[in-house]
Amino acid sequence: MQTTLSINGAERTLDADVRTTLLDALRMHLGLTGTKKGCDHGQCGACTVIVNGRRINSCLTLACMHDGDAITTIEGLGTPEALSALQAAFVAHDGYQCGYCTPGQITSATAMLEEARAGWPSHVSEDLEAAPELSDAEISERMSGNLCRCSCYPNIVDAIREVHAGAAS
Amino acid sequence: MRPFAYGRADSIADATGASAGEDAAFIAGGTNLLDLMKLEVLAPGRLVDINRLDLGGIEVSGSGGLRIGALVTNSDLAADARVRADYPVLARALLAGASGQLRNKATTGGNLLQRTRCGYFYDTAMPCNKRAPGSGCGALGGINRIHAILGGSEQCIATHPSDMAVAMRALGARVEVAAPDGTVRELELGQLYRLPGNTPEVETSLAPGELITAVTLPPPAGGRQIYRKVRDRASYAFALVSVAAVVRMGGGRIEAAALAFGGLAPMPWRVADVEEALVGAPPSETLFDRAADILLEKAQGRGHNDFKMPLVRRALKAVLLDATLEGEPS
Repeated sequence: MQTTLSINGAERTLDADVRTTLLDALRMHLGLTGTKKGCDHGQCGACTVIVNGRRINSCLTLACMHDGDAITTIEGLGTPEALSALQAAFVAHDGYQCGYCTPGQITSATAMLEEARAGWPSHVSEDLEAAPELSDAEISERMSGNLCRCSCYPNIVDAIREVHAGAAS
Repeated sequence: MRPFAYGRADSIADATGASAGEDAAFIAGGTNLLDLMKLEVLAPGRLVDINRLDLGGIEVSGSGGLRIGALVTNSDLAADARVRADYPVLARALLAGASGQLRNKATTGGNLLQRTRCGYFYDTAMPCNKRAPGSGCGALGGINRIHAILGGSEQCIATHPSDMAVAMRALGARVEVAAPDGTVRELELGQLYRLPGNTPEVETSLAPGELITAVTLPPPAGGRQIYRKVRDRASYAFALVSVAAVVRMGGGRIEAAALAFGGLAPMPWRVADVEEALVGAPPSETLFDRAADILLEKAQGRGHNDFKMPLVRRALKAVLLDATLEGEPS
């Protein structure tokens, strides 16, 4: 089925079997291999992309369902020459070991910071109606959809906290 | 994944018509359906994509309650200012479920209709009366730690996994359903679900082609609202046991109490006798124990899940203790 996606600002068209997940479309059809396949069941978050401003698991959605949608992948957040703030912070804080989950972590955190800015509460927010303060517990809870098998969570939280503090100041 | 035909519905009539009488499934967020299709637990011949339908808003209804479109995402519902202020038990239940990524995709209608996470339902090498009627139940004599202690049968003891539905049940939510013949009906959330009995493959009272178009909530009940979820890890895990409570106090007595339970049964569980025992009485540990006794009257453990009986008793008592504190609700 012919599907047109706006990926990192560029229109891309693919003609794929309707069973093709958005993740496989990105990796196998469009050459964007930055988005990783971990569990392929929505449990690990390695495949996180941002669709129309919202982070989602690209393994649990079909490419054909996203005709006309705007998709941001890790390749659209920064380049080796011009890292995004979160990419630079992950490097500075050593927020990874093997690096396989990192694109998903960074893409997820990018959208997560927007969710917090929009005032969304989380499971650990004391007050549902107050503007959330991103404590370490808040960051961990909001990032619980991204697993790191190397368990670099403390450094990942450090990197996200630094970017959040920088953006807030 | 088995091959299927894919089509986008551009109207409710188009959607219900396209899926009636066929081996079809609606797809909205798809987070549960596609997972099951990858595992070939489900293999619909046709997917009817309803994402382009106009079912996305949250509006104040004529009665002063809320009308939540079936396609409203779990994220948007949890972030809605009216839900956070007036239906906090619902916001709390939504935020206790899944992950940020999944809540961004999962919809209100889809969440209600998500399937059990019973491992035997998921494992096509094992018997399961829900997946393959007549094949037996792997859980009854197998590993049944997450399974039902209430409402199950000798054919199936799978639980309904939703948090959102538990809060909605406590709030007295109703479900709006459109049929292929153009009629619209409304039913209580409790009437949406069917207990397994001898037909565990039939989970809801929806007819082929019927589409959930909205969930309606009655006007805000006030009082204290609490959602307490007990699970194996602090985030991103299904409930072993959960309690949704909407409790109003007056003059040292419980004026109103609505309680629903997750993790215990094949549907979000609510027992009128439990609530009746509480209303009009001053709160006490003896009273809370009596409420738990009534809740668990017909409970049946299957071995690994026996712990759910003391666990839900403690969770209920803790929730009632918090919910019956007088003074300004927090």
